[in-house]
Amino acid sequence: MKRTFAVLALLAAAGCGRVPSPALAVPAFGAAIVGISGEKQAAGMGATLDQPVVVQVNDAQGTGIAGARVEFSAASGVVFNPPSELTGSDGQLGTTVRLGGMSGRYSLVATTRDKAGKPLQVTFDEIAFDYQQTLGRELSEKYCSRCHNPESSAERVSNHDNLSVPPHAFSDGATLNPISRANLIAIIGHGGVALGKSPEMPPYSPTLSASDIDALAAYIRAVADPPYRPQGVFYANP
Amino acid sequence: MSPWKIIRSACLSLFGDSARAFGSLSVVLLLLLAIVPAKDHFREWLRYQHEYQRLIRNRSDGVSLARRFQGGVQQIWLPELGVVDRCTTCHVAQKEVSLAGVMTQPFRPHPPIPHSLTEFGCVMCHRGQGAATTVEEAHSSTKSWEQPILPARYVESSCGQCHERPLAGTPQLNAGRDMLARYGCVHCHKVTSPEGRTMTATDDPPSLKHIAAKTTREWLYAWIMNPQAYAATATMPNFQLSVGEARDISAFLVGQSTPYLADGDLKTPPVPAKDDTAALQQGSSVYGESFCASCHAMQNAAGLMVGGNLGPELTRIGSKVKPEWLAEWVRNPKVYDPDTAMPHYRFEGKDIGLAMGFLESKTDPDFLANVHLDAATPAQIAHGKALVVERGCAACHDINGIAHQENFAPELTAVGSLPLAKIVFAPGMPHTLPDYISAKIRKPRSFGSALKMPQFTFPDAQVDALVTALLAQTSRARTLPAALRIPAAPPSTYQPAGRAGKLMTDMRCFSCHAINGRGGDMAPDLTWEGSSVQRSWLVNFLKRPNTLRPALIRRMPKFNVTDEEANVLADYIMTVYQTPAFDSGEIDASKFGAADSAHGKDLYYGKYACNSCHILDPNKDKGYIGPTLTQAGLRLNAAWIFHWLKNAQALRPGTLELNWNMDDDDARAITAFLMQQKAASKQGASQ
Repeated sequence: MKRTFAVLALLAAAGCGRVPSPALAVPAFGAAIVGISGEKQAAGMGATLDQPVVVQVNDAQGTGIAGARVEFSAASGVVFNPPSELTGSDGQLGTTVRLGGMSGRYSLVATTRDKAGKPLQVTFDEIAFDYQQTLGRELSEKYCSRCHNPESSAERVSNHDNLSVPPHAFSDGATLNPISRANLIAIIGHGGVALGKSPEMPPYSPTLSASDIDALAAYIRAVADPPYRPQGVFYANP
Repeated sequence: MSPWKIIRSACLSLFGDSARAFGSLSVVLLLLLAIVPAKDHFREWLRYQHEYQRLIRNRSDGVSLARRFQGGVQQIWLPELGVVDRCTTCHVAQKEVSLAGVMTQPFRPHPPIPHSLTEFGCVMCHRGQGAATTVEEAHSSTKSWEQPILPARYVESSCGQCHERPLAGTPQLNAGRDMLARYGCVHCHKVTSPEGRTMTATDDPPSLKHIAAKTTREWLYAWIMNPQAYAATATMPNFQLSVGEARDISAFLVGQSTPYLADGDLKTPPVPAKDDTAALQQGSSVYGESFCASCHAMQNAAGLMVGGNLGPELTRIGSKVKPEWLAEWVRNPKVYDPDTAMPHYRFEGKDIGLAMGFLESKTDPDFLANVHLDAATPAQIAHGKALVVERGCAACHDINGIAHQENFAPELTAVGSLPLAKIVFAPGMPHTLPDYISAKIRKPRSFGSALKMPQFTFPDAQVDALVTALLAQTSRARTLPAALRIPAAPPSTYQPAGRAGKLMTDMRCFSCHAINGRGGDMAPDLTWEGSSVQRSWLVNFLKRPNTLRPALIRRMPKFNVTDEEANVLADYIMTVYQTPAFDSGEIDASKFGAADSAHGKDLYYGKYACNSCHILDPNKDKGYIGPTLTQAGLRLNAAWIFHWLKNAQALRPGTLELNWNMDDDDARAITAFLMQQKAASKQGASQ
């Protein structure tokens, strides 16, 4: 009996003493994980995001660490490619993301572990649009974003800075969330003057149908940051 | 005790006499009768309905939710659509908007769509087995049911079953259908709509009948080996040819080529020397002023692609075409290709030389550095011809001695309903139709190295778009009631008549402008142009186009037309392109008074804030979206402005200008104000 114990103890000691093989153990540990890019993207339900989600694992000095394992996780239905991988030589790891089949917001979590095995996480928020929000985005691209999006591209110069009252970006939830849906629809349909605001916001009512304006309102709610929280009474669809 | 004895004694104790037998049989009968209610009790859908009731019990709106909840099997039956859907048995909260925050299925309400669930059912859009009442049978592919639930990313394909016309809310489907035409898929694969209209390609592959006049065999070889190595934006796919195959095909293509000009017709203009930087600069100006970049892309010094995609990319054009061909092409492209979309610019000889010098300087010395071809043997040329036939080159290109190859590849008209039993899946891939189509697009040769389908390089989003467009091609679409169908706008064969018509064809107005449903969407629709503008302005504009819309980078080029040609065009446009909605002469601008225009100015800057989009006073206004109005009084017709202000969408559907629905007095006053705007012409000055 004693001999058996001794053999087991020897085997255990040998096992502990061996250098862990790279395939089995995490070869490098970071002190922090930060998001680099890919935050706040939007796509259709179940669609792939345009840009990959990129994270960086840093040491205590803030320098990227190569070879740290990062795992991506999210609600069911979200597909990461790759779902888990070691960081590259610059300490970064990118993954392409296919959102789940339901519309709404998705929180993507990237996890790595520090030396003590404590998980370090960074979260990315992404949005999957339903039909109405997709329609709203397309209409917004045609009619709204020339003024409401301050960014210019080579193909399109923004008109944002040419207006005397700067229009609000649609993601400006702090300003737009408190506006009720009825008022939002009134401003789009009847122009800024409907609520005593700037006439530079023109009335889109006969140009866009009521359902188009509903779609724009749904899109504005969907991209709000901070997120829009609906309040009040609901009625079932007919 | 033997087993036999045990059974015997058990039988005796259960059925030994009539009373025992009666008792035992009664128990068996009771058990049998209990099976049905027990089975019913453990049904999946009942479990979900109980779960739903627990979910809503503690909500503040639980009472009203419970009142609307209907237990038992639910069914949507639409005989004319062939729909028997029991999905709402488990998906109980389809219409409950207040549950929008619930992220667990089957209790999510349906996102808002323009159709009623009770009129269209579920499987029309989502596929799956509608009549099934178990999760597995409803969603998956089973022995008796092939079509599983359609993954959410392809769901726009279902809209395409009825909607042939592009829908604003289905960008992915629209993009996929555009790709089928733009990447020439429909040259080889026939795709027909339920109306029987065959989809046509928009990529316009060039004729190869005179190819040796245009380029060298070396360039052809490198191009067919890998078109994307020459131009990343090339629409021609990679046919994955071997070195020998490319050598023989290039030999055949050069061999079959015939001259397109008699020898004496070549008039190569003086081309500036390669080190003449001043001339290169001037050539670059010709390229810029002619707005070549409206259609052609070119990589700039920073590596960014600048320009449109109507014509081929020109980053390495100097490594591709022969100088004498380029000279003739810039002079008049229709001599080489009568059907090209490129306009005839009517350049002077000097400008042709300058443009050529600039384009010839766009070379890539590395592109052909490693291409060394020996003179072709007759055997190689014969093999090249066989390969050209085998690979279906003539499905896209005109080639001497080879008939156009019709229906070269399988028809895709009903590919969205392709039975799984007919599909040979590659090992290891999921056995579903969307996965099959997507794998065929991504790596066609993974299904067999002898297959002819070439390799495209599309990012994920584009593959998804193509799969969406193809999945819309269902056989179900053909059985739906005709009343549901929204057919695409019929193609227009409109052709203006007479000398003006010939001029418009020569300058390829339809490449950018649409008239009566025919033409491109790069520039404004000219269907009612005669009602819109003043003749004197039009003549000047045709001769020396100036910038009307500062925000656009695609602009009208100068076509170097003569006075006489400009007048012929203006006469035709002013006479023929008149809207029936109003009479061009109905408002006499000279009758407006100072009070009218003063009121109009107040409305322009105040009530309607027109200055947020239009520049009228360049020193004050900054709006950058609509056309500049500094010369509105010289350019536009008063009646047009009036009706435009009332409802621009009726005059030019889809224009960015709103339907202002303005009352007559306001519209009149603003018209008066705009007709006063007659700033000195900047035409002909720097654009």
